[in-house]
Amino acid sequence: MMMNEIAQCFHCGQPVAASADWHVKIDGAERAMCCPGCAAVAQTIVDIGQTSYYRQRNGYATAPGGVDSDGTGSAGAAGAASAALVPAALALPEDDPNIIDDGDARETTLLVEGIRCAACVWLIEHRLRQVDGVQQANLNVATEKLFIRWHKDKTTAAALLEAVRSIGYNAWPYDTTRHDAQLQKASRTLGRQLFVAGLSMMQVMMYVAPEYMAGDDGTLDAGMASLMRWASLLLTLPAIAYSAQPFLKGAWASLKARALGMDVPVALGIMAAFFGSVVSTFRGTGEVYYDSVTMFIFLLLASRYLEMVARRKAASALSRLRHGAPELAQRLALWPESRATDTVPASVLVAGDHIIVKGGEAVTADCVVVDGSTAVDLSLLTGESAPQRKLVGDAIPGGAVNAGSPVVLRVERPARDSTLAGLLKLVERAGSAKPQIAQWADRTASWFVAALLLFAAASFGFWSWHDAARAWPVAIAVLVVSCPCALSLATPSALAAATDRLLGKGALIVQPHVLETLHRATHIVFDKTGTLTEGKPTVQSVDAIDGARIIGILRVAAALEAGSAHPIARAIGAAAAAHGAGAAGAIKLQELAGQGMEGMVNGVRYRLGTADFVAGIAGDRAPAMGSAASAVTGVSPMTTVWLGMQGRWLGRFLINDALRPEARQTVEYFQRLGKTVVLLSGDQQALAGKVAGQLGIGEAIGDCLPEEKLTYVQELQRRGAVVAMVGDGINDAAVLSAADVSFAMGSGATLAQVHADCVLLDARLPLLTDTARSAEKTTRVIRQNLAWATLYNLVAIPGAAFGVLNPWLSGVGMAASSAFVVLNALRLRRG
Amino acid sequence: MESLYLLIPLSVGLVFGALWLFFKASDDGQFDDLVGPAIRVLQDDDRI
Repeated sequence: MMMNEIAQCFHCGQPVAASADWHVKIDGAERAMCCPGCAAVAQTIVDIGQTSYYRQRNGYATAPGGVDSDGTGSAGAAGAASAALVPAALALPEDDPNIIDDGDARETTLLVEGIRCAACVWLIEHRLRQVDGVQQANLNVATEKLFIRWHKDKTTAAALLEAVRSIGYNAWPYDTTRHDAQLQKASRTLGRQLFVAGLSMMQVMMYVAPEYMAGDDGTLDAGMASLMRWASLLLTLPAIAYSAQPFLKGAWASLKARALGMDVPVALGIMAAFFGSVVSTFRGTGEVYYDSVTMFIFLLLASRYLEMVARRKAASALSRLRHGAPELAQRLALWPESRATDTVPASVLVAGDHIIVKGGEAVTADCVVVDGSTAVDLSLLTGESAPQRKLVGDAIPGGAVNAGSPVVLRVERPARDSTLAGLLKLVERAGSAKPQIAQWADRTASWFVAALLLFAAASFGFWSWHDAARAWPVAIAVLVVSCPCALSLATPSALAAATDRLLGKGALIVQPHVLETLHRATHIVFDKTGTLTEGKPTVQSVDAIDGARIIGILRVAAALEAGSAHPIARAIGAAAAAHGAGAAGAIKLQELAGQGMEGMVNGVRYRLGTADFVAGIAGDRAPAMGSAASAVTGVSPMTTVWLGMQGRWLGRFLINDALRPEARQTVEYFQRLGKTVVLLSGDQQALAGKVAGQLGIGEAIGDCLPEEKLTYVQELQRRGAVVAMVGDGINDAAVLSAADVSFAMGSGATLAQVHADCVLLDARLPLLTDTARSAEKTTRVIRQNLAWATLYNLVAIPGAAFGVLNPWLSGVGMAASSAFVVLNALRLRRG
Repeated sequence: MESLYLLIPLSVGLVFGALWLFFKASDDGQFDDLVGPAIRVLQDDDRI
């Protein structure tokens, strides 16, 4: 019997040290616990009504700090919610797969339940930073995820979990299934509370109306007035007991942690007004404020509801990503002998496995096509909505959706290292940091509340002396009217909305200061030619000779090059596809290195390659061609490829590294904004100068070594410039990190290594101008929001103190100012 | 006027009744999806 073994921990069965003093009340009996970790877990199990676990279990649970013996991790826990797994899902063992080691430090992400407003954020972060060993604690309000980094010798994950729980918030190891369930529960509860408050408000209003209308003219007799008051009291009760819970709980949690959250003045105001009215009702004399109480509970809940909707919207891009990669895959264990499939969890796939992905399904991990061809939709990863054609040998990143026919793929990397996983990590890193201005607002809010409480007490004192009858309503009005929420919502809500919109378009903001800094930037530095040019050969023009048809030339050329992986072959293939030239079949293909291709198409022998090579069958010299090349916006020495058949020249391809089509507009856009555009390139000076000349860039510096680029940027900064840098994010990490704000033209597999403040996921330049436009709008909205919140408080608080605003009007004011801020921020999601 | 002594307690009872109904509906998931049913009703069933 477990009960006799007092020296054992009731939860995990380990011996309890004599000095240990942790107990949890389970089924009415105090049970000894060996450590705070076990105590926290046991307490949580009791709190969530899972006490039956202890009655039904047939062995001790794994200690929170010990080894997770079943090893199934969160996937197993989510799937089979069997009682035996409950502790695994609730505890946080140090070797949990969600905990990442980083030298002496460990990191993890927890899901926090019950975030009510920005003050909660401050409270939780504050509490965690008090724990010895915690290096970083960032709570993302939009996703309700808490990122913690700690020194592994100084504290444990379980202790941190306990710290969060001790101040009244529930925290869980992050788990998608639980997160969704939790979101749904929270939104349902808030909806109910809003409904109850609304119903109660409307009814109370009806009972109060006769008193307002009769005034003091004596038409309302005392008995009737008293009846109305009692009815109002009864109907206010559900609003106080149920709907006001978020405020009362929030206030209690922050008081317990000896901090002043924003819920404190609100809760004080509600309780003061309610109990004042109850006393008057019992006595039969004095003012009642039932209508004000119910009304401001309703209005505050309404603004909180709006805020929640806004946060959910901001988090939606993130959850789209999270659900992007499927949990299961169809593995072809016996490929290529058999196409028999077995369904396996994505996490067990290893490099070299073959999987089949049907139309409409998402690809689990980064793969290469082995059999079949299809089109894939990469919109989740890059924002690019047109499906892309993938043939045998092409790579498909995890998270892509198969928009065509079934294909057999070979897994290149396990799912947890896939492109999507890298992107997700980047996004989460993005969400966990907070810009300076938001941190400032969080800190200010708690001082603001303290000052406000003093101010309310002072106005109460003044009015008791001046006009005692009004002291009570004035104090309530002051408490309710102030709106620190608007102040601390101003920045995060705007940033969340803008970030979300940009992510949908393919620009991933990793560091929160990007929008702020880009707006202030004076210099935009493109750090290599490849940023403004395509960086790979492209067919610039196709010229037909002697009346040959362009489309025919392309068809033949594409057929000859179809099997070649040479960049020029790919360029010709792309040009043919762009012109809609269908593929012809070529036989007897022969590749002559450095010269070209020879082959038969429809029974005719063709050669594609250098002039000398083609002259071998076409005869004579290459025909002299006009100055078509002068119209071409080429920047690198041009490559010319000829096509010919027996005795006849057919066509010429001009191939080089082209400017990106939008390069010119992008440069002009920044120049119009008054920013200096600079080109810094490792290529030859002549080339850099030529690109700059074509784009109207005033300053171009070629032949730059990475150190020289760095020196150049630092020199600019010394002269007071704010530098925004655009590069490829991998080879130029040093100069990108030196710049005030950096952009990387990211693509596919290299994503996880990118070190930049902002990643343009599909390497299109217009994203940069989009981001700049968003930056400008966001900065404007943040200023508007902060200005509004400040102005509102400056006007409303004295207004309430002087008795101009009565309590219900204050409730309207507070709710309206929060709603204004959130709605103003939501504008950023559009256009 | 005396009728109010009956009607007002009745109205209080009515509100609590409405709250009870609302909670029951909410527990049944009535308000979880406020958009879907409106769209679903427009979909014709081809078999009819």
